[in-house]
Amino acid sequence: MFGFSFSRTRAVFGKEFIQLRRDRLTFGMIIGIPLMQLLLFGYAINSDPRHLPAVVQTRDPGEVSRAITAAIETSTFLDFIGEVQSPTEADRLLRTGEANFVVVVPEDFEAKLIRGERPQILIEADATDPVASGGPIGAMPQIVESGLAHVLKGPLSQLQPRQTPWEIVIHRRYNPANITAYNVVPGLLGTILTMTMAMMTAMAITREVERGTMEALLSTPVKPIEVMIGKILPYVGIGFLQTAMLLGASKLLFHIPFVGSFLPLSAGVSLFILVNLALGFLISTVARTQMQAMQLAFFVFLPSILLSGFVFPFAGMPEVAQWIGSALPTTHFIRLVREVILKGGSMQEVIPNIWPMAIQLGVITLIAMNRYRRTLD
Amino acid sequence: MTDNAAIEVRGLTKRFGDRTAVDNLSMTVPEGVIYGFLGPNGSGKTTTIRMMCGLLTADGGDGQALGYDINRQAGEIKARVGYMTQRFSLYEDLRVRENLNFVARMYRVRDRRRRVDEIMEEYGLAERRNQLAGTLSGGWKQRMALAAAMLPKPKLLLLDEPTAGVDPAARRDFWDRIRDMTQRGITVLVSTHYMDEAIQCDHIAFILDGRKLLDSPAAEVAERSGLVTWRATGHGLSDLAHALDGVAGIEQVARFGDALHVSGLDEEALERAIAPYRDHDGITWERRKPGLEEVFIHLIEKNRGRNGEARKDQA
Ligand SMILES: Nc1ncnc2c1ncn2[C@@H]1O[C@H](COP(=O)(O)OP(=O)(O)OP(=O)(O)O)[C@@H](O)[C@H]1O
Ligand SMILES: [Mg+2]
Repeated sequence: MFGFSFSRTRAVFGKEFIQLRRDRLTFGMIIGIPLMQLLLFGYAINSDPRHLPAVVQTRDPGEVSRAITAAIETSTFLDFIGEVQSPTEADRLLRTGEANFVVVVPEDFEAKLIRGERPQILIEADATDPVASGGPIGAMPQIVESGLAHVLKGPLSQLQPRQTPWEIVIHRRYNPANITAYNVVPGLLGTILTMTMAMMTAMAITREVERGTMEALLSTPVKPIEVMIGKILPYVGIGFLQTAMLLGASKLLFHIPFVGSFLPLSAGVSLFILVNLALGFLISTVARTQMQAMQLAFFVFLPSILLSGFVFPFAGMPEVAQWIGSALPTTHFIRLVREVILKGGSMQEVIPNIWPMAIQLGVITLIAMNRYRRTLD
Repeated sequence: MTDNAAIEVRGLTKRFGDRTAVDNLSMTVPEGVIYGFLGPNGSGKTTTIRMMCGLLTADGGDGQALGYDINRQAGEIKARVGYMTQRFSLYEDLRVRENLNFVARMYRVRDRRRRVDEIMEEYGLAERRNQLAGTLSGGWKQRMALAAAMLPKPKLLLLDEPTAGVDPAARRDFWDRIRDMTQRGITVLVSTHYMDEAIQCDHIAFILDGRKLLDSPAAEVAERSGLVTWRATGHGLSDLAHALDGVAGIEQVARFGDALHVSGLDEEALERAIAPYRDHDGITWERRKPGLEEVFIHLIEKNRGRNGEARKDQA
């Protein structure tokens, strides 16, 4: 007799939407937080720190070496701080952080260059902070080229390259996985969605309890499932809005490449939004006040930042931390987004990240619906 | 089960932790009456009402509202009962019309637009239709809450202190409406702390610490209490009140406007107690029926002792 009512669900949705629209501060936060975070972190993406200390280890003193040293000196990426003789000395400087880069010009470099043997220049980079080392590493070919361009003038100018007549070999030390700065965007998307989605639904429901409107709502014939769907739907929309905003802005401002396709991305985003909304609903069944809801949301939020592979490389974490990380939806979401936008992963390829989230959604929804009180007890 | 009872509950009990808020309460609300539900703060009125409409699960007892089991058919009851909460519980950040529309949708009211317009007209809310509910004054909030409760045309109205903090004119208007409703066959259960409202009820139940102490037609309350009251008017009432306080045979001395009400259970003892003051100049004595207030204070003191503490033998 009192089955599911679509019109009631729509009414809850409409009400929630109006309230959201009138709550200027919250609405501002929804739009403001992601953009602010993006700018904040994006600055980190964009800022290629300059003037990193570099040393040159020359085993082939001569004009070419001098030219390379000069190029390093002129480059704003690097600060030339001296020459070293031995590899052990170079290692020590890297380890202590006195130098972040060692440029090694090998024996007979110039001779081999002239003979057209395409000799190697070895660059050892301290990649502990990939954000910091990324810029100079990327600039390295150009730095070397600009230095050698002076030398390859005149009689040697026929050697001016299509393909450079030398090879640059980069050793990223200390962080072979080399997380690129681009990882910030998937991570940011994951954490922002976790934060706003879980927190906002949790608060939207506890707000009703706190303000006393829950009593009136519960005294109507509305069904829990109608309340849940109606309340969650506006936030699904917001989640997509935030996603679009964040990805759009990072493309526009920071030129993040998008190689992936739309379908796996939107599937991942939808699932992830739902998981977090269900989580928010679960939180609201535990919290009595909006304050408690917020604290609980943070309780989930912090590990989502720290253990999801956003801040620390996942593989490098202790085993226990990895277990916890695997239980967090954010972990799988970040991997999925990374795979799709940066590597062009297909639907097939992201399935391993989809099913953990699907399971999490099922479990959380089940617990939440079980805990949801139809009465004021 | 009585045929003509809108609500009938037996042995209703509700505990919060180790505190029993409602204790083995039974009551019958006949159809079509105004049923006054009285009791001091914290006596369990709100809790009882919430159990009746399925908002709280009872720890014990059973009963029916409008023929539906309160323990098992909360859904049916909710669809047919209008409940006005003690604390304002509509959305303050929604306009009056939006709130009513929302309520109408929750109850799936037929011909919604027309009905919402109609109820706004009926309750004088039409001019304030676009005002945010949170910006309404206290009295208007209550009026809107009543309109919302009446919107789905319930057969039974549960009003929890609907006129708390409402001015006298608005209260009168409220009660005119309530009487109107019973004329149309709606049963109204209303809790209140105002004696002038209680007196307008057809039937009164008085509860204290979750237990029902009195349950009778309003007209019989005074008689059933066994209380005798003398009313003194004139000059020097304050001195008189002092003199009478604590005298054997006198249970209560209370000031009512320009009069003093002196009550006791034993007619003769009371007359003996006031005898020395009967011939005082400027004071007129008159025997009268005890008012509701005297009866209730008498009930509270009898059950809790003078200091308001629960008596040992009650535990
Ligand atoms: N949710 C709850 N949790 C714990 N105790 C509660 C709860 N609700 C009510 N109580 C307690 O139950 C008792 C009865 O409360 P109730 O609100 O029913 O009283 P009331 O008669 O409506 O009082 P008032 O006239 O002040 O509205 C009080 O002692 C109150 O503290
Ligand atoms: Mg109450």
